[in-house]
Amino acid sequence: MNTWTSRLGWTLLSVFAAVCLGVVALRRGETINAMWLVAAAGSIFVIGYRFYSRFIADKALRLDGARATPAQLHNDGLDYVPTDRTVLFGHHFAAIAGAGPLVGPVLAAQMGYLPGTLWILVGVIFAGAVQDFVTLFLSTRRDARSLGEMIRTELGPTAGWVALVGVLLIMIMLIAVLALIVVKALAASPWGTFTVAATIPIALFMGVYLRHLRPGRVGEVSLIGVVLLLLAVTFGGQVAADPNWAPLFTFDAKTMAWMLIGYGFAASVLPVWLLLAPRDYLSTFMKIGTVGLLAIAILVAAPELKMPALTRFTDGTGPVWSGALFPFLFITIACGSVSGFHALVSSGTTPKMLANERDARFIGYGSMLMEACVAIMALTAAAVLEPGVYFAMNAPAAAIGTTAESAATAIANWGFVVTPDLLTQTAKDIGETTILSRAGGAPTLAVGMAQILNSLMPGFGSMAFWYHYAILFEALFILTTVDAGTRIGRFMVQDLVGAGYAPFRNTESWVANTVATTICVAGWGWFLYQGVTDPLGGINTLWPLFGIANQMLAGIALIFATVTLIKMKRERYVWITAVPMAWLLICTLTAGWLKVFSSNPKIGFLAHAQKFGDALAKGEIVAPAKSIAQMQQVFLNDRIDAGLAMIFMVVVVTVFVLGVRTAWQALRANAPSTHEAPYVTTNETAVAGH
Amino acid sequence: MSPQTKLPSQDTEAAAGWRARLHAAWRKAEQTANLAIGVPDYETYVRHQRTQHPDQPVMSYPVFFRSRQDARYGKGTSRCC
Repeated sequence: MNTWTSRLGWTLLSVFAAVCLGVVALRRGETINAMWLVAAAGSIFVIGYRFYSRFIADKALRLDGARATPAQLHNDGLDYVPTDRTVLFGHHFAAIAGAGPLVGPVLAAQMGYLPGTLWILVGVIFAGAVQDFVTLFLSTRRDARSLGEMIRTELGPTAGWVALVGVLLIMIMLIAVLALIVVKALAASPWGTFTVAATIPIALFMGVYLRHLRPGRVGEVSLIGVVLLLLAVTFGGQVAADPNWAPLFTFDAKTMAWMLIGYGFAASVLPVWLLLAPRDYLSTFMKIGTVGLLAIAILVAAPELKMPALTRFTDGTGPVWSGALFPFLFITIACGSVSGFHALVSSGTTPKMLANERDARFIGYGSMLMEACVAIMALTAAAVLEPGVYFAMNAPAAAIGTTAESAATAIANWGFVVTPDLLTQTAKDIGETTILSRAGGAPTLAVGMAQILNSLMPGFGSMAFWYHYAILFEALFILTTVDAGTRIGRFMVQDLVGAGYAPFRNTESWVANTVATTICVAGWGWFLYQGVTDPLGGINTLWPLFGIANQMLAGIALIFATVTLIKMKRERYVWITAVPMAWLLICTLTAGWLKVFSSNPKIGFLAHAQKFGDALAKGEIVAPAKSIAQMQQVFLNDRIDAGLAMIFMVVVVTVFVLGVRTAWQALRANAPSTHEAPYVTTNETAVAGH
Repeated sequence: MSPQTKLPSQDTEAAAGWRARLHAAWRKAEQTANLAIGVPDYETYVRHQRTQHPDQPVMSYPVFFRSRQDARYGKGTSRCC
């Protein structure tokens, strides 16, 4: 009886999911309510979790509840602590959730809401959540070792080194592109700049409070911090309106980029307790709180999606990023569908705290589904905007000009009706002078969020308040990523250089630290500056490079998982990781190849360089460059970007070849050949008293 | 006995049950918030130290907090995009 009702329930839920998805996919020519999207995603995630993740857990990985986890074996009350699974879920989700799932889906909305939605739903169920879950499991079976170490032991030292170089490069691209998003959001916005600048003294105060005034009282100081932040958002409006104060917080994009570079350097050499840690606390709590608030707001407001299901830009001529749906959609939305970065988190602190191996399913697979929910919310927030407003905010000045009139004309030519009045009025509503060409996702999401929240609570705050709150919330955790990332990058540089010159590895050495930090900051700073000066808006160039890098890392993690499944002699189930691996390799390598070699200068770096090189030879200046020096700069940038894309391809192909070799040897072996930690049952650990 | 005429002791028992449940929920929320920023549960640490290593000193909360902060950021944390 019980199984009968349960079957009926799951069947009904599946039918419901299919109906909702049908509405999302098939309605044309009329707007649909966001609830269809939310309901389709929610029910599909529940079904995917219940059936697919259970299949993987029971059949393919055979999670063993009787096997002692690293937390039980090495319990020290500090790093290794068996932790309640809901508590650990919060930790893991906070570690994987960042700006990525908020940005990618917004950029992908230029093709309409449908392609992005489908890739998030299919990608997370069959690739992203699988990668996170399997990596967490494999790390738990290997004393909570990191992805790099595991690749070294299972695939050999060469693969380990190549993967490490790959991780360093993706880190540099990640920081550059996130910093660019902050620059795009804050340039010529005194309100936003004031609010974000205010986070620095607030964080410093919190740092001193936590260290010296009332040590370790995180709860009370975070509460004080959040109140101060909200005051800063409110007060920022008056600063922006004041003719004396506003110019002090108004900067152009180039100055803003230099300030960020200087900030990144300073922040990563300051003691962690002073700035990084307190701001991390603020950003973590605000992130979780705001995502929760947005979820409730979408559910209650139930807004209509004004963006069509598909736009004409599926053909690859879109203004936000260039390239056709395949392969470029699949690298544009990385986080939210599948993110290689999560493999690093899943092999970091989480496996040290699993109380039971069977919890890996809930924490690994479940957290990633939650991240996909965030991505769906971001997509919804972008799709509730008038398409004309969306394109005005995301298309570069080279395509739409710099006035509301020119933008409205250009956008009307693309087939989206928008009046100059609507564009100026929207800017006025959110307390800004312009909304044009603020690419990068954050401002678009902020306008969408502001509309939803304001419609829900018309008396509380204003559009302008919510817009700047949303900008602050995104800038806050992007800045945390910038300095935490610079710090990790610094350790990686020290590790890599230290392999050749040992004294460089000493993390106490002031010289080694400064040199490594400089290398790291110069790396991302160079790409940031390139993006800021790029007449096509920067995001156009840098986001695909970041997407390729991130998906390449996911490819590497899935190669590792696939090879390890073969080494475990679970060949029957190898498709679980091999199919998403193959798909990611196809997408990344095709996208990488096109970015380098496409003959279309809008897509291929070399073709673009050629175009500018030819003109330079004739002494001509090609728009949007304005001088010979700019022409030479574009020419150089293109070639460096092409080189970088090629390095990404070489990295992933090398790991793949080494993986195939290892898999081939394992296939011919008669017994499992993995390097798992020895089997100890939970009872034995109880007896040993540890 | 009708439900209206509960004995006083039953009332306090029910209230105590509720209080315990609320307290447990609060503890869990507190632990989740702390772990989200990389600070493990202090009480768990103290219990572990007392039962497993009674011969070794137990860090005070401020010292414990500082050591966890350094551990989280010392080598850099992996965080996502």
